[in-house]
Formats: sequence, structure tokens, C-alpha cells
Amino acid sequence: MTALTIAIVVTVVLAVILIALYNGLVSKRTRCRTAWSQIDVQLKRRYDLIPNLVETVKGYAAHEKETLEAVIQARNAAIAAGTVGEQAQCENMLSGALRQIFALSEAYPDLKANQNFAAMQEELTSTENKIAFSRQHYNDSVGVYNIATQKFPNNMVAGMFGFKPEEFFELEEPEQREAPKVSF
Amino acid sequence: MSSLVLCASVEILTLRSRPKAALGRRIMATETFHTLIARNKRNSFILIGGFMLFFIGMGLLIGMVWGAGEWQFGATVAVIAAGVAFVLTLLSFYGGSSALLGMSKAREIKKADDPQLFNVVEELCLAGGTPLPRIYLIGDSAMNAFATGRDPAHASVAITTGLRRKLTRDQLQGVMAHEMSHVRHYDIRYAMLMAVMVGVLVMLCDVFLRSLWFGAGSRRRSRSRDREGGNPLQIVLIIVAVILAIIAPILARIIQMALSRQREYLADAGAVELTRNPDGLAGALARLSGDQEVLEVANRATAPLYIVHPIKKFEARASSIFSTHPPIKERISRLTALTH
Repeated sequence: MTALTIAIVVTVVLAVILIALYNGLVSKRTRCRTAWSQIDVQLKRRYDLIPNLVETVKGYAAHEKETLEAVIQARNAAIAAGTVGEQAQCENMLSGALRQIFALSEAYPDLKANQNFAAMQEELTSTENKIAFSRQHYNDSVGVYNIATQKFPNNMVAGMFGFKPEEFFELEEPEQREAPKVSF
Repeated sequence: MSSLVLCASVEILTLRSRPKAALGRRIMATETFHTLIARNKRNSFILIGGFMLFFIGMGLLIGMVWGAGEWQFGATVAVIAAGVAFVLTLLSFYGGSSALLGMSKAREIKKADDPQLFNVVEELCLAGGTPLPRIYLIGDSAMNAFATGRDPAHASVAITTGLRRKLTRDQLQGVMAHEMSHVRHYDIRYAMLMAVMVGVLVMLCDVFLRSLWFGAGSRRRSRSRDREGGNPLQIVLIIVAVILAIIAPILARIIQMALSRQREYLADAGAVELTRNPDGLAGALARLSGDQEVLEVANRATAPLYIVHPIKKFEARASSIFSTHPPIKERISRLTALTH
């Protein structure tokens, strides 16, 4: 084996490794971005479900007007929210308002027995879970991607091609971390 | 040879850790599902890698005996055995799922049929970033669930109506997360691969032993007497090969069962990774361990794919090295250790 052959083989092997590392980083970063947009999909799903819920409840609990109106207002505020921090805060308030509506079913047995209401409750529980799980998946993807950009030898490839660590989804203000209180 | 010892020692370690915790691995307070997953993947790698070496080694040895000590013949036999195993694995890959579901009286459901089950699975797909599998209900009052499919894009999960009715939403989610973890970790692929390799190995040893009975190794003895030192080596080779060919099928099944148990623990840890709620699955397992009914549609062939062994008398002897699932108490204690 001449020195030239060895040099060619080594170069080819290095190139293959480099390509594999680069592609790995690209797919991990894309996964983060997909997961982020998935969170928005789930939030919009919740906005769409809420008017149906309010209609179902109105028929049975006419004098709970304030609770129902609070939900509609919280929903509209969340849709109109600007920054990520504002949006997270509005989402939290919306969760609290929804919980009050479900608490209503304890006081109105007719409402509790209603099939539509039960189905609605399952849908909204599921939507809350989906929002939480999509945020969890986003954070997991970001964790995997950040580890990949910082491990050796990936960090060299990351530096060369400009792969920066992504940010985690976090609640910015301490009040948002408290679970909203349900009051009758 | 050393791969044999390695596999046997991994199995003995797992054996000892169950009844007495002295030599085994306790769950430490700092254990998270990440470390559990890493440990289980390492053990699987050791078991599968060791078994493959064992398989090739047996092929070589048997081929050498047939070829009167020539290693080229041994290599040919090993390659043919590996080739057969590869082709059979591919066939079972693409044919597997529909046969299994047909056998189990499963009925596919849409969202309208069972919104809660559908939602539970959808939530898990969001948590794991996997596509939605096909969901089946099995009309049986016994409590069990299983998953099948060669990768997440071609997967199906199934649950019995008995189990579906008796679990809370969180417990149901834990069970479905366990099943989906099997799919995400490609356990079905591993199980098929191991089954095919064990099958080919057993067949090979069987054919070898029969061939000796009909004098295959001795036909060349007249020729080898002319070679220097060929005769005693040949006899030693035959004796070693015969002993190994008798033990090999049993040893292969022990390794296969050990791998199956590792993958069950891995699926439990994977379920926690998805739901971040060990209590859901732990509660479901506790309910399952109380159930005495036998699942009528299951049989021994399909048993490893279920969440608990569907034939109850095996569950009672669950600390045997031939069981496909670890003891439920051990699984529950590993899960509850994660909550502290």
C-alpha cells in the first residue's frame, strides 16, 4: 500500500464520518422545530373546542353566566396574546377557568349525566394532556439536540456549520408555575 | 467459547439478583428512567452480540466436524446457516403482523368507537413523536395488551375489553405506553431475529447429531489416519461438538428468555419516559397481578408479545430462567423506586 492509497482511504473515511455527524445534527434540529409547531396545533385545537363546551353548559346552568363568560374572555385573550410569555400566562388562566366549569358538574347532576358534557370533558382533558405532552416532547427534542451539539466530536461539526443550542420551553414568571386555584 | 461463558454469566447474574438482593443490582435512590434505559440497552447488546458469536461458533464447529477438521468447510456451514437465518427473518418481518392479529380475534377501532382509548394513544404519540398506530380491541374478559409491528410506522397495538374496562385513565395510559415503547425500541424486530436464530440453531444441532448417528464424521477416519496428529484432534472435536450440540438448544432458549425479560424492563422504563408517571403503569401492573383469568385466545407462540404472561401457571413460576416476563412484583418495585 503506497502512502497515497492510505491518504485517500483516510480522507474518504473522515468524509463519511463528517457527513454522518452533520446529517445527525440536521435531523435532530428539524425534530425540535417540528415539535415546536406541534404545540401550536394543540393550542388551536383547544380554542376551537371551547365554544362547543360553553353551548353545552348554557342549557343546564343558565345562572352560571359569570363562569361561562370568564371562559370565553380567557379564550379570546389567549388567541390575542402577543409574546410567548403572555401566551403562556393566558393559557394558564384559561386552564383555570375550564376547571371551574368542570367543577360545575358536581353542583348540577343533570349536567353531569349529559352524554355530550361527558364527551366534552374527555375531549378537553385530552387536549390539556396533548398540550402538556407536546411541550414535553419539545423539551425532550431540545435536550437531545443540545447534547448532540456539545458532545465531542459533534461539537466541532456544530461549530463549523453554525448549529446553536435551542432554548427549552419554560414558564418565565413564578406565578405561572402555581396551579390556578378553583373556587366555587 | 468465551461468548458462551459471557452469555451464561450474564444470565446467572440476573438469576441471583431476583430472590436475594445481595449479589444483584438494587435500584438506587438516584436511579432515573434514563439510567434504567441505558442499562437495559447495554444488557440487550451483550446478550444479542454474545448469541450471534455463539451461533457462528456452533456453525463453524459443526462444519469442521463434517469437513474432517478443515476450517473452510466450517466457514461455509456457518455462512449458510447465517444466510438461512437472514432470509427467514426478512420473511417473518413482512408477514408477521396480520397473521398474529387474525389469530387473536382483534377488531380495529376508529376514534368514534372508543374516544378515550383513541385519545390516550394519540397523546402518547405526541409525547414520543411517533405516528399513530392501528388500535385493536380484543373481545376477551381476561386482562392483557400487546403490540406488534416492525417499526413505528407499521405498528399496531391491541388491548382486551377486560383490561380496558378495569383500568383508570392513567393506568390505561401506562399500559399503552408500555406497548408503544416495545414498538419504539424495535423489540418486535429483536424478538423475531432471536426466534429465527434459535430455530435455525436448534435445527442445525439436530441435523448434526443425526448425521453423526449415521456416521458422517467417521467416514473420513480412514483418510485422516494418514495425517500426522489428525486423529486425536478429530475425536476431541467430535466429542466437544456433540456435547455443545446437546446443550446449545437449551442454552439458546435461556438466552432468548433473558433477552425477553430485559426488553420488558426496558419497555417499562420507556413507558415512564413517555408518560412521566410511574404510578400509572405500577397501578395497572398491580391490578393485573390480582387477575386470575386465563386469556383464551393466547398460546405459547404469542405469549412473549403480551404485557404479562397470558397463561397463568407460568406467571406463578416467574422466577424461572425460562419465563419470558420478569416477576410482576419486581417490575412494580422498579417503577415505584422512580417516584422517590
